[in-house]
Amino acid sequence: MDINQKYTPQSWPDHPETATLEGKNKFIGFWLLLAAETVTFASLFATYLALKDKGPSGMEYSAAGLFELPLVFAMTMILLTSSLTSVYAMYHMKNHNFKAMQAWLGITVILGATFLGLEIYEFNHYVHLGFGFTNSAFSSAFYVLVGTHGAHVLFGLSWFIALMIRNSKRGLNMYNAPKFYLASLYWHFIDVVWVFIFTVVYLMGVIG
Amino acid sequence: MSSIAQKKGFGATIWDFMTTVDHKKIAILYLISGGFFFLVGGVEAMLIRIQLAKAGNDFLSAGLYNEIITMHGTTMIFLASMPILLAFMNAIMPLQIGARDVAFPFLNSLGFWLFFFGGIFLNLSWFMGGAPDAGWTNYASLALASEGHGIDFYTLGLTISGFGTLIAGINFLVTIINMRAPGMTYMRMPLFTWTTFVASALILLAFPPLTVGLFFMIFDRLFGANFFAVDMGGNTIIWEHLFWIFGHPEVYILILPAFGIFSEIFAIFSRKRLFGYTALVFATILIGFYGFMVWAHHMFTVGLGPTANAVFALATMIIAVPTGIKIFNWLLTIWGGNISFTVPMIYAVAFIPSFVAGGVTGVMQAIAPLDYQLHDSYFIVAHFHYVIVGGVVLAILAGTHLYWPKMFGTMLSEKLGKWTFWFFFIGFHLTFFIQHFLGLMGMPRRVYTFGADQGWDLFNAISSAGAVLMAIGVIIMLVNVVMTTIKNERVGNDPWGDGRTLEWAIPSPPPFYNFAQTPLVRGLDTYWIEKMEGNKKGMIFAEPLGDIHMPNGSIIPFVMSLGMFIASFGALYFLDGDKPWALAVLVIGMLILFGSMLLRSLKDDLGFHITKAELLEDAKGGKTDGH
Repeated sequence: MDINQKYTPQSWPDHPETATLEGKNKFIGFWLLLAAETVTFASLFATYLALKDKGPSGMEYSAAGLFELPLVFAMTMILLTSSLTSVYAMYHMKNHNFKAMQAWLGITVILGATFLGLEIYEFNHYVHLGFGFTNSAFSSAFYVLVGTHGAHVLFGLSWFIALMIRNSKRGLNMYNAPKFYLASLYWHFIDVVWVFIFTVVYLMGVIG
Repeated sequence: MSSIAQKKGFGATIWDFMTTVDHKKIAILYLISGGFFFLVGGVEAMLIRIQLAKAGNDFLSAGLYNEIITMHGTTMIFLASMPILLAFMNAIMPLQIGARDVAFPFLNSLGFWLFFFGGIFLNLSWFMGGAPDAGWTNYASLALASEGHGIDFYTLGLTISGFGTLIAGINFLVTIINMRAPGMTYMRMPLFTWTTFVASALILLAFPPLTVGLFFMIFDRLFGANFFAVDMGGNTIIWEHLFWIFGHPEVYILILPAFGIFSEIFAIFSRKRLFGYTALVFATILIGFYGFMVWAHHMFTVGLGPTANAVFALATMIIAVPTGIKIFNWLLTIWGGNISFTVPMIYAVAFIPSFVAGGVTGVMQAIAPLDYQLHDSYFIVAHFHYVIVGGVVLAILAGTHLYWPKMFGTMLSEKLGKWTFWFFFIGFHLTFFIQHFLGLMGMPRRVYTFGADQGWDLFNAISSAGAVLMAIGVIIMLVNVVMTTIKNERVGNDPWGDGRTLEWAIPSPPPFYNFAQTPLVRGLDTYWIEKMEGNKKGMIFAEPLGDIHMPNGSIIPFVMSLGMFIASFGALYFLDGDKPWALAVLVIGMLILFGSMLLRSLKDDLGFHITKAELLEDAKGGKTDGH
């Protein structure tokens, strides 16, 4: 792999993310990491389900009383859209169109940041209702499950931004193409986890 | 980065090891630190046996005894057995598959330093207000009530070292999937590589639940969460589930590489191809698979109900089947072989009856109604020491002898090795066999003393005497290591004379690029095949001699781990109230961690090339160095 080798859309490989041994290693290693992340979230979900609505006797908070769907629905749509825009970015990455890729990644970052802002607003809202982290077993389980996801979003955003700034001047090469690809893979994973959070925490919560 | 030969001072050597990404050097780091923690855990074991040597002993106080048993178990599992096995995996597995390094050399170094700092953090608890005292299982109902910061050292320390182990697991998986030499198909991989593969998969899936459980415990104790606080709606059983969902596969993470080492030994010293190689591979995979389905057999007495207990009891008994397959395959490998009883082979032969004894008591405990009698008694202590010492530790001692020449280029003394073996083996059975009966007589585990009228004096005294023999064995082993290092008689590629796999086809220790030319693998036991066909080079090559790409060393893994180490102190003292600096320490540690991660991400690290000319120079006896 030569980092200085210049590519054209014609000479650029179909799958730049796995065209080098380093890329292949990262590709497999990252999927394995996602397997570990899946187990992590599975443990968090199981704990949340076990502790849902559990608190000190006479606790006034419950999932059915607390959660409201409109805001969470908006958040879901924003995050799902950001997953789509990251797909567009990868489409342009595979076509060696650096500028278009950066543009779509930029949109992805904006959508992701909006999501994160809404999540912070939501948490703040609950805390003002008195439903803080230390309130009950339910609140601890809720904040740790959803908060871990939020931390992943924050990490994913930082990763995208770092990659975009670092490579803004030099464009795509065989060294950074796998990095962009993995960041977008990570972003999809975050999205899938959110689909489960939306279902298990919010939809099932509102049903009661 | 050049290949200029240079003499190194002590400081330069230390720096070299701090920045190395070479799997063979990282293996040495794992072996040294794992060995150190093994001695620490051994001293703790001796203190336990001194305290229990006679009835009503007051050598240790009750509280200190609890700290010592907790740290003995935690140290031996997390900081001794696993790292030493990781040392062998690092040293040998890449050589066995014909790779020049692991897939992620940088992460390999990071994994080591995380383990190292986690272990140091955990053990600093001795000097900073007391060690954890809730047992190595750290059950929440005990742990939440524990005063001081001992439990916090446990949770934070294991979190850090757990990240390190997870990274190592992913690294080995990718290495085996992607980095095998041409011709090294999955079903031609040596058994040690196979067991490394399956054990790494177990690490990948078993460590996250532990990390989640540890985080819950950290949040509960340090940040006011309520996962396990029953009065706030919490549930302590969640900890038990998360811990054992990790904890049971952990047993197989330890024993599978041990099986791998013994499989290599049986084949080498019987001078025979492994009997039933395919069956051994599938038995390994099955054990790994079932390992995730049995965790609740540690919780039969919790009250999960007869249905759950029955399911887990059956699943547990099923594991005996693939394990039995392995035992018979090993026996049939020895059968009719041309056996040489070297030290590794003696350990391997001794391992079979010892481990089978541990396995049989395991099946006894799988019978849930019987387990109600055995639970938390010395029968359990005897059982798990039979599988861990009789399986894993014997494998570690055997592997140390077997692979010492490959790692250090010189042979451990066979004579002293046999002395170690006999002291250790007799001491081991003397210590633990009798504990089965102590358990059946009703002695509960984790008691710091017992009364003279309970009738347990004699058996406990015998058990303690056995522990002394084991300690003598370990001391002879240390003497052996020192004497061997001082003598430093260099050995060739295949010091045992009967090596079968690729690691024995290259120099001891190998050059830092392992293989000047990538080998072409033509079958199982590829080096044996080449030897039998009279190939003096020991292998045929898959490529002409050419430039080799190698990774750069880096200090960043060390700094990242240090950052987590520092941040952990901040988290530990965060809610004490009287320590306003704690938050600053937490933030500084996190800044170091994320700053070095960012630096790693932004700074290109393309590695370097060893040129063909340098390789030719090296082959003539010149010394090429990685830095």
